[in-house]
Amino acid sequence: MENKVFICMGTSGISAGAEEVEKNFETELKRHKIIDNCLIVRTGDRGLFRDVLVDIETPKLGRITYEFVKPEDVANIVESHFVNGEPIKKFLAGDDYKQFFKSQMRIVLSNCGEIDPEDIDDYLANGGYEALKIAIAMTPREVVEEVTKSQLRGRGGAGFPTGKKWEFCYDVKSDEKYVICNADEGDPGAFMDRSILEGDPQAVIEGMIIAGYAIGANNGIVYCRAEYPLAISRLEIAIEQANERGYLGNNILKSKFSFNITIKKGAGAFVCGEETALIASIEGKRGSPKQRPPFPAKEGLWGKPTIINNVETLANIRHIMVKGADWYSSIGTDDSKGTKVFALAGKVKNTGLVEIPMGTTIRELIYGSGGGMVKKRIPFKAVQIGGPSGGCLPESQLDTPIEYESLNKTGAIMGSGGFVVMDEKTCMVDMARFFQSFTVEESCGKCIPCRVGLKRMLEVLEKITEGNGKAEHIDFLQTISSSIKDTALCALGNTAPNPTLTTLKYFMDEYKSHIEDKKCVANACVDLIEFVVIEENCTKCGRCFKVCPSGAIDWKKKEYAKINNDKCIKCKACIDACDFKAIK
Amino acid sequence: MEVNPADIKKEIEKYQKKEGILIPLLQDIQDRYGYVPEQSIEIISEELSIFPVDIYGILTFYAQFYTTPRGEHTIKVCQGTACHVMGGKEILDYTEDKLGISERETTKDGKFSLERVACLGCCGMAPVLVVDDDFYGNLSLQEIDELIKKY
Repeated sequence: MENKVFICMGTSGISAGAEEVEKNFETELKRHKIIDNCLIVRTGDRGLFRDVLVDIETPKLGRITYEFVKPEDVANIVESHFVNGEPIKKFLAGDDYKQFFKSQMRIVLSNCGEIDPEDIDDYLANGGYEALKIAIAMTPREVVEEVTKSQLRGRGGAGFPTGKKWEFCYDVKSDEKYVICNADEGDPGAFMDRSILEGDPQAVIEGMIIAGYAIGANNGIVYCRAEYPLAISRLEIAIEQANERGYLGNNILKSKFSFNITIKKGAGAFVCGEETALIASIEGKRGSPKQRPPFPAKEGLWGKPTIINNVETLANIRHIMVKGADWYSSIGTDDSKGTKVFALAGKVKNTGLVEIPMGTTIRELIYGSGGGMVKKRIPFKAVQIGGPSGGCLPESQLDTPIEYESLNKTGAIMGSGGFVVMDEKTCMVDMARFFQSFTVEESCGKCIPCRVGLKRMLEVLEKITEGNGKAEHIDFLQTISSSIKDTALCALGNTAPNPTLTTLKYFMDEYKSHIEDKKCVANACVDLIEFVVIEENCTKCGRCFKVCPSGAIDWKKKEYAKINNDKCIKCKACIDACDFKAIK
Repeated sequence: MEVNPADIKKEIEKYQKKEGILIPLLQDIQDRYGYVPEQSIEIISEELSIFPVDIYGILTFYAQFYTTPRGEHTIKVCQGTACHVMGGKEILDYTEDKLGISERETTKDGKFSLERVACLGCCGMAPVLVVDDDFYGNLSLQEIDELIKKY
């Protein structure tokens, strides 16, 4: 068909009303009798959050992107675009949209937002399953070597070389082996795996089949968070279609190789992202990690050799097979090859998923695709990279290239790609407290350093944010952090002190002002805020009055705002709304 | 809630193998009843020859399982990093205040259950709250009042 309408319908698109937009397009296209010559493609999210993104492709106008499309705008758009042949300027994707995509290199995300994830033909038309054909024509050993040569490293967190992992498993002789796709994306602040599964599930499946062929496994399991219902349902559809077409099942592509994939839903435990805990969970047990070695590559699921790769890692495989390891390893830096997808969030102008070549600096990411800070008046303070295992980096570290070793040197880690930008309204001590409370909550309780040590750290951080901190607390945090790092059983515990350690390293002055002056410069720690208006700074704009949910603010035009402390519920809505630091 | 043992047995029979089925089985039972009733635990224990303590071990380890009835609607407030930076804690506190319950509790009229979740994976729309399967992003506190009225 010569006309096409692409509608981004991932979780965020749908929450913004994409389903209704799609329905209206159908009605309007019918009304104008264009529907028979127009294909509506329901894609996953493209990465940028622009409420509903719609692309319209016509022979006359080419492909044009509209952003912030509301259901009620559809009638106008269809009439103007299709009938009159004129795009509506008001909805055209603007400079922010262009900037967001300009410096990206989309390999893993190349299909996201472009194809219909529920239609295997769309995937096939975009080079789908070419990689599998190439792989099956090679020997398993050659496939392992190709992946090793590409120097792809695991995208789930630790960055272990994927080819090495496959090789270990390849070398073990066993009647049964397993490939597990780790889609238990529990890291708060990361959502690339969800978007890949929602936007291009076949790519992950193809990666798993190739992995199975390489190591000699016939069974694959996708372990996916139950919080991702849309991803799970699209995966189910994709697996069914791959089965129908003979890419899964017995004698794949007429070879002797057979492979099946099942889905296991996680039940809500962060620690299950850890390999051995994930295996325990699939076996129906509590997700407690085990001592390694033996590594899962030797003794994994049901005691059989198992490789566990993350979603993004597997989505890279098909590109490596088609374009070759040399091509892949030509992207990036010495120790980090290829691209990495980051979930850009927090106080940046453009939030969403960004795929950049390794070696891009943190600054380039924030001020390039991110478009800089959301509010010009409130400057950058820190960026949190790598989630609960990562760290908070200040302005002085922004020129660090994004690659495994360089990030490790700063105290943060690549992690799974969480990238949360914070401005001066975020308190770094509170941030450390936040992550520590997360890891305390998610600790499985098996080993003492993690179960008890993290809890002690949290108690001290709570004291500091409540204004009861003492000078000796800083030493305590440093000592206990290093013992936890050295002695915890698994990666969750080993890395859990990182957010605290990095904030201590780069933001010591904030700890000191909490402890010595009982002040939170960011105005984030509720117990240290007085909730009074500083008249010198107040511009009488009334914004605080408008956002206050409890009616605690008195304000009239041209008058200073005043906070009534009896009614105030200390929710900080006024502080968040005020751009002039007029409430302390 | 009255549990029909035959229903539980039917759920178990759906699985051909008995290995590793405990978590999906409990998920099925929770889908059916909205929570995992005590009576069902006894039946599973007998059918699969697992000690009840091991079943409780699973139920209490994973955040998703409930052993008490749930409200008509479940509100999940995201407490991920991005939501935290954008005011997710305030959203949770305020919702607790409005509903008069704490997280993991259900309102007296049985209408709402409230939960915190670590990350819903839509950080670009922070702060985020989910009612049943409907996502609400870029929330303000006032919008919560409207949301609660809507259901």
